[in-house]
Amino acid sequence: MSDAVPAGAAHVAHAHHEELGFWRTYVFSTDHKMIGRQFLFLGLFMLMIGGSLAMMVRWELAWPETAVPGMSWIPEPYMYGGIIPPQTYNAIFTMHATIMIFFVVMPIMVGCFGNFLIPLMIGTRDMAFPKLNMLSFWVGAISGVVMLASFFVPGGPAASGWTAYATLSAKPAYTGVDWGQNLWIISLAILGVSSLMGSINYITTIVNMRAPGMTYFRMPLTVWSLFITAILLLLALPVLTAALAMLLFDRTLGTSFFLPEGGGAPLLWQHMFWFFGHPEVYVLVLPAMGVTSELLSTFSRKPIFGYHAMAFSMIAIAFLSWIVWGHHMFISGMNPLLGTAFMMTTMVIAVPSAIKTFNWLGTLWGGSIRLTVPMLFALGFVSNFIIGGLSGIFMASTPVDIFIHDTYFIVAHFHYVVAGIIFALFAAVYYWFPKMFGRTMNERLGKIHFVLTYIFFNGAFFPMHFLGVAGHMRRIYNPTQYEFLQPMQHWNVFITVSALILGASQIFFLYNFFWSLFAGKKAERNPWQANTLEWVAASPPPHGNFEVQPVVYRGPYEYSSPEVKEDWLPQDKQLGAGAAARAH
Amino acid sequence: MLQWLPEDVSTFGPQIDSLFYLIYYITAATFIIVTALMVLFLIMYRAREGQRATYTHGNTTLEIVWTIVPAAILIVLSFMSVSTWATVKRSAPESDFELQVTAKQFNWEVVYPGPDRQFGTQDDLKFDNDLHVPVNKVVRIHLLAADVIHSFFLPNLRLKQDAVPGRNILVWFEATKPGKYELPCAELCGFGHSGMRGWLYVHTPEEYKTWADENLTPKPQ
Repeated sequence: MSDAVPAGAAHVAHAHHEELGFWRTYVFSTDHKMIGRQFLFLGLFMLMIGGSLAMMVRWELAWPETAVPGMSWIPEPYMYGGIIPPQTYNAIFTMHATIMIFFVVMPIMVGCFGNFLIPLMIGTRDMAFPKLNMLSFWVGAISGVVMLASFFVPGGPAASGWTAYATLSAKPAYTGVDWGQNLWIISLAILGVSSLMGSINYITTIVNMRAPGMTYFRMPLTVWSLFITAILLLLALPVLTAALAMLLFDRTLGTSFFLPEGGGAPLLWQHMFWFFGHPEVYVLVLPAMGVTSELLSTFSRKPIFGYHAMAFSMIAIAFLSWIVWGHHMFISGMNPLLGTAFMMTTMVIAVPSAIKTFNWLGTLWGGSIRLTVPMLFALGFVSNFIIGGLSGIFMASTPVDIFIHDTYFIVAHFHYVVAGIIFALFAAVYYWFPKMFGRTMNERLGKIHFVLTYIFFNGAFFPMHFLGVAGHMRRIYNPTQYEFLQPMQHWNVFITVSALILGASQIFFLYNFFWSLFAGKKAERNPWQANTLEWVAASPPPHGNFEVQPVVYRGPYEYSSPEVKEDWLPQDKQLGAGAAARAH
Repeated sequence: MLQWLPEDVSTFGPQIDSLFYLIYYITAATFIIVTALMVLFLIMYRAREGQRATYTHGNTTLEIVWTIVPAAILIVLSFMSVSTWATVKRSAPESDFELQVTAKQFNWEVVYPGPDRQFGTQDDLKFDNDLHVPVNKVVRIHLLAADVIHSFFLPNLRLKQDAVPGRNILVWFEATKPGKYELPCAELCGFGHSGMRGWLYVHTPEEYKTWADENLTPKPQ
């Protein structure tokens, strides 16, 4: 460590004197790494709930009105000896989407990896506001408890879809759900506070606390993606919170923001919801894109293709994400001229996504590709994103959307994009697990997990396009009630069988994760021979992260550089004048 | 994949379907090319002993090309979509055949205006879930919702429009083939959403006259 900065070293050394007890270390921790781990466990726990709900949805669609195995213990009127009634079905898919979006993808991709990686990757000791960070997690956890509590109130949980369209959501009489929907609103409002605290912290940290030499355009793309995500969250969530407050007032205080009988407008909810909701989609997918870029470069042993284009296309996506929300509303009764305008912006936002995909291909080209488990999952994400991106073009075209809107074509599309994020999520867990827990996950189990997940993910979601083409509506309880859908029912069975196997395949992950946590091979500092700063720290990094303050000399993706013999060149490695001269 | 599209029996359906096919061919070709390249690269550039990756940070020309080409295709697609969208949604042709459909949990209430051709008057005739219309005739529907948002979906006519409480939205179609077509609700509208379904009966002019004489003509008192 010839590049030690004395001041930084003194600073870090000072931190070692703090002795923290159990509660301050594991529960009310202000260490960004522990908070990151807490978000990970929260997200994985919720993933099991959200995934089980998906299995129930699929059971109902393949074998309508038959008893779900193992569910006969749920009392009437929520289930009848394991048979899901329509009301419960609506609640199940509503909570499936809500949990997956707000309590799985956001806590893991943004909460866990944002927290864990930002300080490590930019080379600093911790977040700018460690106490705010702790508060952000615990407020988020309370929000999760409130959401789960809604399963146990009379009338059951929210049943108006995760989009909670008014007027259905605005009057308890329309769904028969009273406190379930109120708790849903309250939970998401609380979560908004948690995300705001997190995003302010991320932005402040990235702007102010980068290591010496870490310019914006030397930041890893993962950090870029989390930076842009934090800005989107900061600006989008207040709109959702405002809409939620109005909805709660309509439900409980007798206001009429969204109810026409009092002069309100149901479409106002949709405008507000999607003004938040579309940036939210990018909040979910941008970190996945960042992680994918990171891993593709690392495991191709090659600089990322078009670093600046990658960063700028994420910035472009962030800007454009504010002016595409109307594509969710083409057939809502919104002025059709506005539909034309939103079609144009929507087509344009596909361009930066296309750029990213081509640059990923460019990164693979000429590489020395190592198919490790994280790399396989990153490639899986790219593969899904190609399908999800291309299927988006269908619904961007307003006339085609008239037919496919609210059908399984849309369900297929957003699962390829949003559920596809799970591949980036797994990639990130396998990749950073050694840094997070100081142990390595099992490679063979990881590969089995990848192959099964990839095959049955596609088996579950690709045929949904076929159903959509046939006109199969979303959110219906029993497809066999419709004559025109009966010839397609075998696809529903196929999808469900794939989904059940997909769900069961996750046992390989859970087993590997928890087994490796305690018995995995001890990890070295830099097991993947990667360039970014987190690999300079110990595995796992101690409180304060770095023994000496790292100094950055170059960009994050200098793999196979002719300047050095090895095929990686860490960001903090100082090359002597002699070494640089020899390379030329 | 597109063989599963329901049979089209509307005047504007062929335009929508041809766009659907066009996008399908473009995206399918892109998918095949991109996936093939990805698989090819994974095989060609797999790690081998003693082999070093190419050290390059990108290629500006290439990046400009793959920005402009998709942008051009997408903009052309947008402009191709504009006229069809305008046909279906922006202006309904004039017609003397008007109906009012009110969506309510969980039925389609169909109203024929009666001899005075006005809705909301004494001689209105109401039917639940059944629409009877003549073939090759422009049908204008005033779409209302009584409680929550529903969506008026005629898969065989490539028509979908949300029915919004507090709004009166005009939709139109012209059926080109007699038959019986399903009319599901496509927007989640409560516990009875699934199964909220009506039927569109498209009659030949003679059949329609018979039906109208039986059902729409006021009975002598």
